[in-house]
Amino acid sequence: MKSSVPARRRRRQWTQRAGFALLTLAAVVTTAPIVLIVAVILRRGLAALTPEFLLTFPTNGLRSGGILPAILGTILLTFFMTLVVAPLGIAAGIYLAHYAPDNRLTRAIRVAILNLAGIPSVVYGLFGLAFFVIFFQMGTSILAGSLTLAIMTLPVVITTTEEALRSVPNSFHVVSVSLGGTDWQTVRRILLPQGLPGILTGVILGVERAAGETAPILFTAAAVYLPNLPTSPLDPTMALPYHLYVVSTQVPSMPAEVQYGTAAVLLILVLLMNVIATIIRSRARARRHW
Amino acid sequence: MSLAWRERMVQVAVRVAGVSAIAFVLVIFFFLIQQGVPALIQVPLPDLLGGRWYPIEDTFGLVPIVLGSLLVTLGATVISVPLGVATAVFIAEVAPRSVREVLKPFIEILAGLPSVMLGFLGIVALAPEMYRRFNLPTGLTAFTGALLLGWIAIPTIVTVAEDALDAVPRAYRDGALALGASRWQTIWRVTLPAARGGVLTAVMLGIGRAFGETMAVMMVTGNAAVIPRSLGALFQPVRTMTATIAAEMGEVASGSAHYHVLFLVGILLFVISLAVNLVGASVVFRARTRAERILS
Repeated sequence: MKSSVPARRRRRQWTQRAGFALLTLAAVVTTAPIVLIVAVILRRGLAALTPEFLLTFPTNGLRSGGILPAILGTILLTFFMTLVVAPLGIAAGIYLAHYAPDNRLTRAIRVAILNLAGIPSVVYGLFGLAFFVIFFQMGTSILAGSLTLAIMTLPVVITTTEEALRSVPNSFHVVSVSLGGTDWQTVRRILLPQGLPGILTGVILGVERAAGETAPILFTAAAVYLPNLPTSPLDPTMALPYHLYVVSTQVPSMPAEVQYGTAAVLLILVLLMNVIATIIRSRARARRHW
Repeated sequence: MSLAWRERMVQVAVRVAGVSAIAFVLVIFFFLIQQGVPALIQVPLPDLLGGRWYPIEDTFGLVPIVLGSLLVTLGATVISVPLGVATAVFIAEVAPRSVREVLKPFIEILAGLPSVMLGFLGIVALAPEMYRRFNLPTGLTAFTGALLLGWIAIPTIVTVAEDALDAVPRAYRDGALALGASRWQTIWRVTLPAARGGVLTAVMLGIGRAFGETMAVMMVTGNAAVIPRSLGALFQPVRTMTATIAAEMGEVASGSAHYHVLFLVGILLFVISLAVNLVGASVVFRARTRAERILS
């Protein structure tokens, strides 16, 4: 028996309404916890963020005092990592966007990047241990940790650089070449300045990811507690994410303020980089004439 | 330095940088093999395939931790795939522009949250809740891990699937709507099938992300290396491959059987992640070539 047209239309409308409601619900279920997470950590953590907490060493088996060495450690690790990964990743991105011919080698590079992006972070930790710490005898050190993090973030920087350069309209490129510009002149004077916001965003996202990673530095750089600040890149260091792991699982009767305070500092750091990346991107979009 | 010379130098430099990606993959694989293969000599194969992981007695049965990883990843997949794909569809097809502009940064924030922070919240908030609500002996279970992992995989799934939906040509939707299909029918019968390849890639990448996640899982799954035998095991502690490496590598003597076995686990992780990612990527390539065939 065929139902009448109005009945079918009504049913169709009803299905659509129910479907859209389900999709909306899914989006809410997905995003609501994020708001909750950020709110809970900031609400309980901000109270703990005194100058003393940010600027002194931990005392009493990490249960009181501050987290200065962990904050500085994370800054040092990401700083050295950026020194390595930014030039290497941007150069590789330039190669893929502008120089690479469409051949087997290029395809192999793309597969390799995909593969690097998929390797679990703890496997990077294992590799860093075998390669930098033991083989190159760097020991558990800032240097070994930074290099491990650099290889881990390499695919992020390469991919975003390539995308940023490719999004520059082809006409820019054609005009430069027709005016007699060489490859490198085209890249340096046209593509790089136009793609800079995208590249910067990529580097910042890489730093954001590295700053929050624990597994790659577990066996390559991190120490539970150090009485002094590191004096050379070959010293081990404390680090924020590792510190959060330690205070939330390894030390009994840990005051909640220390845990939430550490989590809040880490969260603020990550959100800050997120905001900077967003600002760079939206300002670049507003200024763009194409 | 002449212009031609500088051109040549730059070209060589950027190519070396590009090729370094291949070099890193090879070096990583080589060092994992070099450190992991001795385990096969030191520990007989039947022992490695055994059901007991008890390093103190030099018993290294990999079955419990492999199954532990699979159980938690499966749980995370069941949670994150429907939610992630639905959210992607909502953002790409249903949400008005203003809502879209709000949701996307939220997903980006979620992607950037350090897993150790989610693990911390898992311990202080989620696990006690599980413990009370389901009346369990402990809240640190496979299910708690799967819940956290689900939300860790969601941003990957949402971003990749949304890109795939965005890439569906406008003409497909217009055509369906012009033929009298409702928006829902268009999404369900035209847009989603057209973006199938990309959505599958999103799912694979999400699974890969969950499978390789370490800190959050180690902190909330209780880390008991027991073989999960039924669905009830979801509400008991388990131990994953990643957590085993992270928890034990710091304490082993370099060169011991335990040390090499942990690298062997690393090889397994490397190979499985590689397989998942390559499958995900090849789905996209296949879908693209098919689309090109149809359109040409």
